Amino acid sequence: MSTGRVNWFGRGWLAAGYVFLYIPIFLLIVLSFNQSRQDVIWTGFTLNWYRELLVDKEIIDGFILSLKIAFLTGLLSVVLGTFAAFTLVKYSRFFGRTAFVGMVNAPLVMPEVIIGLSLLLLMVSLQNTETFSWISRGMFTILIGHALVGMAYATVVVQSRLQEMDRSIEEAAMDLGCRPRQVFFLVTLPNITQALMSAFLLTFTLSLDDVVISQLLSGPGSSTMPIVIFSRARLGLDPRVNAVATLTILVVTIGVIASSIYLARLERRRQKEMSAAFSADAA
Amino acid sequence: MGELASGHPNVVAPDGTLAAAAPADTHFLRIEKLVKEFDGLVAVDNVSLDICKGEIFALLGSSGCGKSTLLRMLAGFEMPTSGRIFLDGKDIAALPPYIRPINMMFQSYALFPHLTVWDNVAFGLKRDGLPKDQIAERVEKMLGLVQLKPYAKRKPHQLSGGQQQRVALARSLAKRPQLMLLDEPLGALDKKLRERTQLELVNIIESVGVTCVMVTHDQEEAMTMASRIAIMSEGRILQVGAPHEVYETPSCRFVADFIGNVNLFEGKLTEDASDHVVIETPECTHYVGHGITGTEGMAVSVAIRPEKIRITQQPPSDLARPACNWVKGEVVDLAYLGSYTVYHLKLATGMILKATVASVERLPDWQPTWGDSVFASWDEYAMVVLTQ
Amino acid sequence: MRKLITRLIPRDPGRSFVIGVPYLWLILFFLVPFLIVLKISMSEMQVGVPPFKPLFGWADDFLSVRIYLGNLFSLFDVANDNLYAVTYLSSLKYAAFTTLLCLFIGFPFAYFLARSRPTIRPVLMMLVMLPFWTSFLLRVYAWKGILANHGVLNNLMIWLGVIDEPVRMLHTPFSLMIGMVYGYLPFMVLPLYANLVKLDVRFLEAAADLGATPWKAFWLITVPLSKSGIVAGSMLVFIPCVGEFVIPDLLGGPETLMIGRVLWDELFSNNDWPRAAAVAVVTILLIIVPLAIFNKYQAEQQGGGRT
Repeated sequence: MSTGRVNWFGRGWLAAGYVFLYIPIFLLIVLSFNQSRQDVIWTGFTLNWYRELLVDKEIIDGFILSLKIAFLTGLLSVVLGTFAAFTLVKYSRFFGRTAFVGMVNAPLVMPEVIIGLSLLLLMVSLQNTETFSWISRGMFTILIGHALVGMAYATVVVQSRLQEMDRSIEEAAMDLGCRPRQVFFLVTLPNITQALMSAFLLTFTLSLDDVVISQLLSGPGSSTMPIVIFSRARLGLDPRVNAVATLTILVVTIGVIASSIYLARLERRRQKEMSAAFSADAA
Repeated sequence: MGELASGHPNVVAPDGTLAAAAPADTHFLRIEKLVKEFDGLVAVDNVSLDICKGEIFALLGSSGCGKSTLLRMLAGFEMPTSGRIFLDGKDIAALPPYIRPINMMFQSYALFPHLTVWDNVAFGLKRDGLPKDQIAERVEKMLGLVQLKPYAKRKPHQLSGGQQQRVALARSLAKRPQLMLLDEPLGALDKKLRERTQLELVNIIESVGVTCVMVTHDQEEAMTMASRIAIMSEGRILQVGAPHEVYETPSCRFVADFIGNVNLFEGKLTEDASDHVVIETPECTHYVGHGITGTEGMAVSVAIRPEKIRITQQPPSDLARPACNWVKGEVVDLAYLGSYTVYHLKLATGMILKATVASVERLPDWQPTWGDSVFASWDEYAMVVLTQ
Repeated sequence: MRKLITRLIPRDPGRSFVIGVPYLWLILFFLVPFLIVLKISMSEMQVGVPPFKPLFGWADDFLSVRIYLGNLFSLFDVANDNLYAVTYLSSLKYAAFTTLLCLFIGFPFAYFLARSRPTIRPVLMMLVMLPFWTSFLLRVYAWKGILANHGVLNNLMIWLGVIDEPVRMLHTPFSLMIGMVYGYLPFMVLPLYANLVKLDVRFLEAAADLGATPWKAFWLITVPLSKSGIVAGSMLVFIPCVGEFVIPDLLGGPETLMIGRVLWDELFSNNDWPRAAAVAVVTILLIIVPLAIFNKYQAEQQGGGRT
């Protein structure tokens, strides 16, 4: 649907919607430069909170841990999600397919509290057995929780790419002598890399952002950045949290804008090449 | 069948040397009682075919007739429910696609979007583990054959539809398959380009000499390109023959109707002689100048192609038997299509008779128009009697 | 019999590997944990480690199973303690209100997005996605600064002379709703947009040609054709909202009972694991119905859509 005609009412609605979405973000940025510690009234410009952030060991350690977990979550989610997407797209019948579909999709909508709780109870139950008593809550358990959710998201992304992909290129590869595994690595994988990258970014971000599952599965000394921020946010406003927020927003904005410009350029060049090629038949 | 392949005498062996016009091997590809069921639905129903070495064979039918399933079984993408496929004497029905010496040109070409033209063509050769210099040599040769050498470094999306089609052709020929399969080879091209490409494609295939089985729903494409055609419907093969055979002597009503246009008169056989038959239909009496296998009184159809019908202002006077093979009708519709004109004549019985008249003269003396009463006639060899 | 054997023996090891890895992962970390939750929800609480009594036990060569349904039943023992029943109802209520509000704001939003000029549409879409990529936690936290007694909104209204002294907005149902709608609006807009952008304008032109007013065309064409988007968006908002924890914790107050928070408190404050597990089990049962609807619609959309 596109008519390019949006009346004043539509414009107003869109504008109001964007104001609603961006007011909190704007506020965080402003407050991070505000001198006042508790109040939201502007008392003067300062970079104090950024300076404090540099020596805030709790947040820095949390950040490093979060990055580690997010990176591993991204990798694990993409691998598992690709497998699951393949299973869903390629194999229409196998034992327990309905259960599989349900389990893959469930983490998308299951409350995080419940996912966290169930994994927490699993870990505790394992700890109480003799064989698995070595398990301790921390980075490893958080990673499992994040990857469980991340896999569901990655599956959706990869699955939709696989579905829109022309499947006959895989048959063509097989026809030209590829064994099934070669088909995957030589033809399928190169054609879904963009989806894999966006799945990685998505799950990376989700992991970096998550607080509920992390909190439930964290152990002593394994506080991720959101856990730290959350505990401070519960107490009230903290200008250092505003500073963290501003930095996050900065990085994300640059990343999102740069990637969309890059993708738009790529698409435009492709379109141009295609229309140039098309004219060759007319000649 | 042997003489059918002789329409293509310049058989070039895959290695490029001119092969002696050896007696065509009629059993090069042999399909025996092939059946494919999908969840109880029969897609291909007991199909047997013999395809000769070096011929271009077309499977023609409307969508859903099972022709694509048959082709996919030849390629190895579908396993037959029962039946056997022999290629050069070896049963290949159970082999996976990557082992069969068969390559396919896909409907939408299925070019690898992430590879250049060169790499697309080289893809199959690399899988065979050929030495680099041999691959390069073969790819160059293939690109030369399809006249795409300057485009070697382009990606598929940088090519026009016609160029993509030629890359697909080069890619499937590169491995020198014993059998090449073409799935609607020109289906993705627009009409003008299709006509130009049909003969080009045949020339390339014949210069390489590879045996081809193609699938198409376009009868013009099948008739232009193939040396023999099999007409399929509901999973079965109804008739196999050279283009002129299936057109001029269709074996059944479906084929007569499917290939080209046809007028069908329903009637009874009233006189059955060895050199002629007479068929009585509500519209007129048909005198057919050849014998058929039938018995007097049996229900038959008389098929007449529209272009075999003459339209005149006066009752036809030059007929050998003045009482037979003509009808009177009113022009209810006409369409001038440039090289010929299509007339729809309404007969007394209500039947609509289609006739085409070639535009032989630029400004003819008389041209029937809407509402005219005219006479349509045909000679005694123009008809085909169909018993089923 | 032969069929069964060939089904059990993997003829294609690659296939088994592809299916097996995610399957095993899901069984291990999704199915088994839920069975454990179910098990613990039927165990009696005890003080110690673990803080519940075993469900299965060996005694005199007999397997004894002690199923204690007290946790589950007590949730609905309204006469004795109606906290849980009230909490479930209020969770459903807040989730439903959030969904309706998101639909009310989000549908026109997505509609106008889809009708905007194709050249600026990517930018507009990026602006919807951008908050989505920035931390959810931080964005919810920001509302504290807006809605607090000495927050931006109160200051603004006092400055405008609308009110004389700060109105309490934070930790009320109002702040909770703001936070929920804010957090989940993109989940409504994105599926709706994806649906509406595919809607063929020619349908509307045909409707106009046949004499429908724009408003009629909207109700008779646009809304019915975007049904799958509405359902998908509503489910994506409603289901997670029922169990939402962060927003009620940061923006909600004592009167805004939500199941996620109660569960959290049982677990961390009361250390009553069987009770927490029972709460989780009932919550899952509550969302399983909308979940099934959601899955059905997703399957339909992936199956090419039967519109």
